[in-house]
Order: sequence, then structure tokens, then C-alpha cells
Amino acid sequence: MDKLDTRSGALVAQGPAAVMGPGHNYATITDKIAAVPLKWGFPRFWIVGFVIAVAIVQLLAGSVTMLFAKGTGIWGINIPVGWGFAIINFVWWIGIGHAGTLISAILLLLKQQWRMSISRFAESMTLFAVMCALMFPVLHTGRPWLAAYWLLPYPNTMGIWPQPRSPLAWDVFAVSTYGTISAVFWYIGLIPDLATMRDQAKSKWAQTIYGMLALGWRGSARHWVHYEIASILLAGMSTPLVLSVHTVVSFDFATGLIPGWHATIFPPYFVAGAIYSGFAMVLTLAIPMRALYNMKDFITDWHLENMAKVMLATGLIVFYGYCMEAFMAWYSGNVWEMFMFKNRAFGPMGWSYWALILCNVAIPQLLWLKSARTNTIVLFFISIVINIGMWLERFVIVVTSLYRDFIPSSWGTYMPTRYDWGTYIGTIGVFLMMMLLFVRALPAMPMFELRLIMPKKGAKH
Amino acid sequence: MAQIFKPSMNTVSKVSIVALLLTAGGVGAALWAINKSPFVARTRIPFDQAVPFSHKHHVAGLGVDCRYCHNTVERSASAGMPATETCMSCHSMVWTNAPMLEPVRQSWATGKSLEWNRVHDLPGFVYFNHSIHVNKGMGCSECHGRVDQMPLMYQQNTLYMEWCLECHRNPEMRVRPKDKVFDMTYQHPADQKELGAKLVAEYKIQKFTDCYTCHR
Repeated sequence: MDKLDTRSGALVAQGPAAVMGPGHNYATITDKIAAVPLKWGFPRFWIVGFVIAVAIVQLLAGSVTMLFAKGTGIWGINIPVGWGFAIINFVWWIGIGHAGTLISAILLLLKQQWRMSISRFAESMTLFAVMCALMFPVLHTGRPWLAAYWLLPYPNTMGIWPQPRSPLAWDVFAVSTYGTISAVFWYIGLIPDLATMRDQAKSKWAQTIYGMLALGWRGSARHWVHYEIASILLAGMSTPLVLSVHTVVSFDFATGLIPGWHATIFPPYFVAGAIYSGFAMVLTLAIPMRALYNMKDFITDWHLENMAKVMLATGLIVFYGYCMEAFMAWYSGNVWEMFMFKNRAFGPMGWSYWALILCNVAIPQLLWLKSARTNTIVLFFISIVINIGMWLERFVIVVTSLYRDFIPSSWGTYMPTRYDWGTYIGTIGVFLMMMLLFVRALPAMPMFELRLIMPKKGAKH
Repeated sequence: MAQIFKPSMNTVSKVSIVALLLTAGGVGAALWAINKSPFVARTRIPFDQAVPFSHKHHVAGLGVDCRYCHNTVERSASAGMPATETCMSCHSMVWTNAPMLEPVRQSWATGKSLEWNRVHDLPGFVYFNHSIHVNKGMGCSECHGRVDQMPLMYQQNTLYMEWCLECHRNPEMRVRPKDKVFDMTYQHPADQKELGAKLVAEYKIQKFTDCYTCHR
């Protein structure tokens, strides 16, 4: 069981560090994973979860209806804090999406076997996170029916285009490219499994729907050659996106002249933060899911531990970013930078900075301990803490840089309204709803890839 | 087990992919065409008016100057619509019993203004000033077209923002000598580019293309 022979070269895994639980063969993998969507009816926890998610979505519906009726005045934004929850939540959601791309692109190119069982799950999470993120640039205009022409370059009768020198226009391209590639990658990766679902399905409807989606996949050698080429090409295209998307998002701030935003550390620090939050979200979702669907054989403790290690590493990069912000405030000798930093940490909103340090720096240090990395409860707790911490990070960057600017007479504060909270929490409901629909309708793990990494001894094919 | 799909599904799926792309392209092209059409831009559609006033008759036929009626065009944002008294300065003596002019006489008798339908209707968020344009060598006909050829007034140009910007970006292609501003028959010379550049310098015309030039 120790030696795993795969298409991508031998990987020697020791003891419990197994990619799969014992005793599986081709048939059991397919049966176990395909049975989840194909089984008639809904499990009780699914119904409970779905009802909760849809209830939360109503918050979004209500908040957005009020927004359309009354405009962005119902939000907490005002001068001097003109950027509030909308951009905080946008950056937070986009960051969460990064785990999926990292897992499906970079870890594929690096031939990391532990990516396989969590890849589909993380890619779906990416898609839904990007959907949630995209709501905010549209909603923050207050008039989404006009957002199309504010955001997208299209042939119009105005004789103008979106300002190409604005990083906000770069954002539109970065995020839409990212969303498109993620969707294509996700779908191409699904095709062989959709064909399996088509073949496993008993009802005519399921056969037809999965069959249509499988695009006539028969699993011939030619199909597989094309499939391999397509997935390597897409991985190659997505790899720069892992780095570029959040780099461009960080330019929204870094190209501005506001102390606290105008820093060269921002791109790498944002990218690390994005991967940090992405893996935290994967763990937050994967830990309950593998328990509820009894998938511990496929998402093993080894998978969780690897993700914990990625979180520890990226968390330390993020911590380095915080240190550099403080250091540069002092080292630059710029009074505004120094004031901003002191105000951020010790001003009236200093609580947010220290809460951020607690969530993103202090508590995740537990991940140095193997006992913490292998304890599901602790890991789940830490992943939630990091999700909160990464949200706080964006809150700190946006709000504490803006609320006390150069002229004391223009100082103010920022207080989100219930509509801000309703919109934010509402998108979490959308995300949960989409995830639940996904695990109900599609195979949550790539069956064909798991068949490949199956321990050889267990094979009875 | 029976096959789920018939062999013809291969063709159906291929055709539907092509059809989908063509439909998407077609919808885009149709929206573009509609947006550019006279129907949306309201160009070349004569308007019903309280009195069927003919610019052709008054300008080309009788030689009335634009400013006789639109008398604030050189000193105010609005070109000005003539008061009934302006009409009556002639029509109290000519065509005094013409049935067509009955509403004018009614207005004169009751003191209630004639209600014209606005042909060139800029949106409320656009600030436009006639005086700066006519005082810097922009002829009436540049925007309003050959009004002296219009029996009933219609909109010659789209008034779309791209149309405004076309001139604001290259005023030298449209400017004319100041004494030709109210000349309906003026034709740009072959050397418009050189003349335009000279006039732009002489009249100190600036290329105002900032948003706040018009959207204040």
C-alpha cells in the first residue's frame, strides 16, 4: 500500500499519508461517488442545509430590492469612506476562488496527486465564489442595468470606451477572463465523469441530461489524447491567472495615492492572501461534506493536512506583508504613512486590526503542530477563523486607510448598515445554495482521476 | 441496452452549436442596427406642430435670417423660440386670413403661447450652450442640417454623444469663418484642414473632451 504507481510517475507515500482509503477498486470508486447524485430523493441534512441557504438568499433579495429602489444611499458608504462593503466582499470572494485554480492548474502541472480528490470540489467553489464576487461590481453601481456600459467595452453610440488607464477597468478583464477559464476548465474536467453518470443512470431523464452534457464522450483513446492535451493547455493558461487576477485586484488599491494602499508589497501579498483564504474555504466546506457523505476514503486526513500546510505557508507570507506595511510606514519617513499605520493599529478602529492579527496570524500558528493539522475539529475551527480574518484584512485595508485622510476636517468614520450586512450574508447564502445544488447534481470528485491513483494492490479490474 | 440518442443527434448537436453562435451574432448585429436606426435616433422624422411652419419657405424663399426668430442664439444657451408677436410682425399684414395661421391669431388674441414640439431634444444631463458655438465659428447647418431645405422641421443628426465628440475631438474639420455662421449654403472648402487649423488658432478653439464639459 505504500508505493503508489501512477501515470505521472511513482509516488512513495508513507503509512497514513495515503491518497485513498483501503479496499477500493474501480467499481467501488464509481459506485460510491456516482451514487450521490443518482440516488433518488434528498438526504435530510441536504434539505435542512438547502432551506437555510435559500432563507439566507432572501436576505440578499430583500437588500438588493431596496438598493434598486433607493440607490446606494442605503449603504454605509459616504465621504471619506466611499469604498465599503462592496469592494471588501468583492475582493474576499475573488480571493476564495483562488484555491480552485491553484489546485486545478498549478498542482496539476506539478503532478501533485493529492489535488485530485479535492479538485472538482475546489473548482466548483471557485466558480460560485466568482459569481458571488461579480455581484458586487454590478450592485455597487446601484443601477445594474447601466453597469454593462460602465464596465464593458462594447460598440456604443457614445464614442467612448471604459478608461483603459483605470485599474478598475483592468479588473473587469482580469475577473471575466478568470471566470471564463475556470468555467471551461471545470466543464472539460467534468466530461468523462458526466459520461460515467450517463452510463450509471437508470432513469431516461438522467441518461438524457447527463448524456447531452457529456457531449458524446465514449472514452476512446482518441478522446483521452484530446482530453489530456486540453487539460494541460488549460492548466497552462490558468497558471498565470492564479497570480495575475489578485495582482490586478491589488492594483485597485496600489495604484491609488492613499497611504495604506500605495504599496509595492500589495500584489504578492494579495495573491498569497487569496490562496490562504481559498484553502480555508475548501477546508470549511470539505470537512463537513466528507463527514456527511461518508467520503473519508477519498478526502483523507492526508489531504486535509496538505491543505493545512498550504495555509500555513501562505499565512506566513501574508504575515510578512503586514510586517512590511508597518516597516515601510516607519522606513519611508513619510508622516502620512506613519500616521496611517498608527491610526490603523491604535486609532478608533484599531480593534479591526488586532482582530485581523488574531485571526490571520496568531491562531493559524497552531498549524505548526501535526496534532492540529490532523485534528478535523481544530482544522475546521482554524479554517473558519481564517475566513473571518481574510475578510477583516480587506475591511482594514479599505476602511482604516480612508476614514482619516490628510485633512483632519474631512475625517469621518464608517458604519455598515443592515443592507450592507444583508447583501454580504446573502451572497454567502447564494454560495451555499450553489454548492448544495452542485453536490446534489454532479459528481463531487473526479472519478476517472481517482481510478488512476487507486492503490494498485486493491485493484481487481 | 438501447442507445440513448439516435445517430441523427450528431448532426443536431453540431448544427445547434453553429445556430447558437449565429443567433448570438445576429442578436448583437440587430441591436446595433436598431440603435443606429432613424427610429431610435429620431432623425429625418418631420414633427407635427401647432402650425406647419416651413423653414424652407421662410429661409430659402423669403430670406429671413435665423436670428430674426431665434434671437438669443448669439448671447444665451438657448437659441430662443419666437414669441407670437414675432410671427405677427409680418402676419398681421400678410396672409392675415389664411386658415393655416388661425392658431397664431388665436395665440395673439388670447395671449396664450403656441405650443411647439421640440425637435432637437437633448437629454437633461447634457449642458449645451448655443452662444459659445456660434461665436466660435460653428455654423447652424453643421448641427441642424440644411434647414432651408426642410418644409417641416426634422432632426438631421443623431445628437448621439459620438456625434458631439466627433467635432469636439477635431473641431478644425467643422469650423468656418465667423461671417458664414448663419449661411445655410456654405460649403467647406477643399483645403478645410488648413483653413480649419488657422481658424482654430485664431478663434482660440479648445478641444474640450472632459466629461464635465457637457455633464456638469
